[in-house]
Amino acid sequence: MTALGVAAAVAAGERTARSVAEDYLDRIGAGDGEIGAFNLVLTKEALADADRVDAALGRGEPVGPLAGVPVALKDNLCTRGIPTTCSSRMLEGWRPPYSATVVERLRAAGAVIVGKTNLDEFAMGSSTENSAFGPTRNPHDTSRVPGGSSGGSAAAVAAGFAALALGSDTGGSIRQPAALCGVVGMKPTYGRVSRYGLIAFASSLDQIGPFGATVADAAAGYEAIAGHDPLDSTLIDQPPEPIGDALTDGVEGLRVGVVAELCGGGRQEAHLAGTDGSAASGVEGVAGDVLSRVQDAAEALEQAGAEVRTVSVPSAVLGLSAYYLITSAEASSNLARYDGVRYGLQVDGANAAEMNVNTRTAGFGAEVKRRIMLGTYALSAGYYDAFYSKALRVRTLMLAEFAAVYEDVDVLLCPTAPTTAFELGAKTADPLLMYLNDVCTIPSNLTGHPAISVPYGRGDDGLPVGVQVMGPALSERLIFRVAAALERAAPGDGSTA
Amino acid sequence: MSGRISRDEAAHVARLARLRFSDDELDELAAQLSAVLDHAADVEALDVSGIEPTSHPQPLTDVTRADEVRPSLSRDEVLAQAPSVAEGQFRVPPILGEAP
Repeated sequence: MTALGVAAAVAAGERTARSVAEDYLDRIGAGDGEIGAFNLVLTKEALADADRVDAALGRGEPVGPLAGVPVALKDNLCTRGIPTTCSSRMLEGWRPPYSATVVERLRAAGAVIVGKTNLDEFAMGSSTENSAFGPTRNPHDTSRVPGGSSGGSAAAVAAGFAALALGSDTGGSIRQPAALCGVVGMKPTYGRVSRYGLIAFASSLDQIGPFGATVADAAAGYEAIAGHDPLDSTLIDQPPEPIGDALTDGVEGLRVGVVAELCGGGRQEAHLAGTDGSAASGVEGVAGDVLSRVQDAAEALEQAGAEVRTVSVPSAVLGLSAYYLITSAEASSNLARYDGVRYGLQVDGANAAEMNVNTRTAGFGAEVKRRIMLGTYALSAGYYDAFYSKALRVRTLMLAEFAAVYEDVDVLLCPTAPTTAFELGAKTADPLLMYLNDVCTIPSNLTGHPAISVPYGRGDDGLPVGVQVMGPALSERLIFRVAAALERAAPGDGSTA
Repeated sequence: MSGRISRDEAAHVARLARLRFSDDELDELAAQLSAVLDHAADVEALDVSGIEPTSHPQPLTDVTRADEVRPSLSRDEVLAQAPSVAEGQFRVPPILGEAP
């Protein structure tokens, strides 16, 4: 059942929120041993949330648009009194003294929080294999990764453990796992959703967004969390537009650009089918079957009345390098707070400095240490101008190029991830190979623009493929509208596992 | 293996970041970070003359609110999450010298 289906049934009295919660908790109990989507299942709290919704309905009080909808939260979203780990030993056992604004909003909308989901430690990764608590597996094929870093949330929705989930997206961490798990995942415009209570990775790119089994569900999740919050001063001071009725508007007359550079083959061009020579100037390693689905999606939009053309954003190929320099620099600064003093792990030492080193060395995993090292290096004397400062200028270049492209087209289309879900362990030995998963999603984070991944058919291996729709700042209504058109046109083999 | 970062440089960066690694770990990190920086040669080579840096995707303006007394987190609740507490404060090992 969809999230909106649950909400309608609960509001109409056809189902109690409690019976819905029990169904989902039973499914988690039966299936999550194999998938590992959850760090923590909130059985008692979920039933209490559900009872509150049922009691409000019983008293004839209005309930929110997500009444009784079981929601899973990425475990980097603070929940008051409930462990929040970032899948790191550093925060194991920590109970935040406050909840993230998005959590308060979901509860106010009537949602039932069923658990905290697994992620790559501190959201750094593309496969959820960097979790201190073990990997999450893809519900479509448990020998494969679910993507990351919000792999637990994507897998939870794909496996039917939650009707909706929240993730965070710094370089594709919502959209890439959504693509690999065959669900819808959306990153709002930077500044659209409050980051208060989201544990920081790279503050100038982090953004919270929804996962749903359908575009309409994801839109409902987005509507519940978007908007003003005095606790996040980077929010855009303009109320969000409702999405609802845009989903049925269709794409007649819309101008859609397929981004040449993000449909490139680069190093793995031998695998490509049906692309022209321009692929060599594009990003690396987009697989042929993924490109074919993007082409199918473009044709479907054309048949639905959109005007499709190929466009060029040359700086997109610089995105990956710029992204890893900027996010690692911001992360090295953000993660300086884990010093063993105020919360989380403390490993003793002869003096405070030694205690800091002992704590950080024991508490962080290999990938987090790698990013802290890269960021510290990029910000250190002698290298700042060569790398970090230039990466910030790539961002300027990219903003200008996207602005120019959006003069000619309304939305952009490209793959979400370069391949379908890969085998566990396939990319863990080579950090750079893992980073290449994010080539198509990174530009929207560097520019702060919204983007959405929609399942569109299958790859040669039978696994889900996601196509990405990007739009200019504050174009959420538009990208949801195009995503809904793609969902209607997508080959009907079912998107959930 | 490219040699953009040496073991000694990696050790220096680790000290700045308050992390400790074995020599083998430093060698592996130096090689991995060198590979990432090799990939970033495209950014390094970019002619950025006349391009301003962007540190944030949205134009940021100062946000102010009324200066009113409001409830904040309770000290006890915050300290309850600290690894070590004494006399209502965070407790840390000595900043200088040996532990008592």
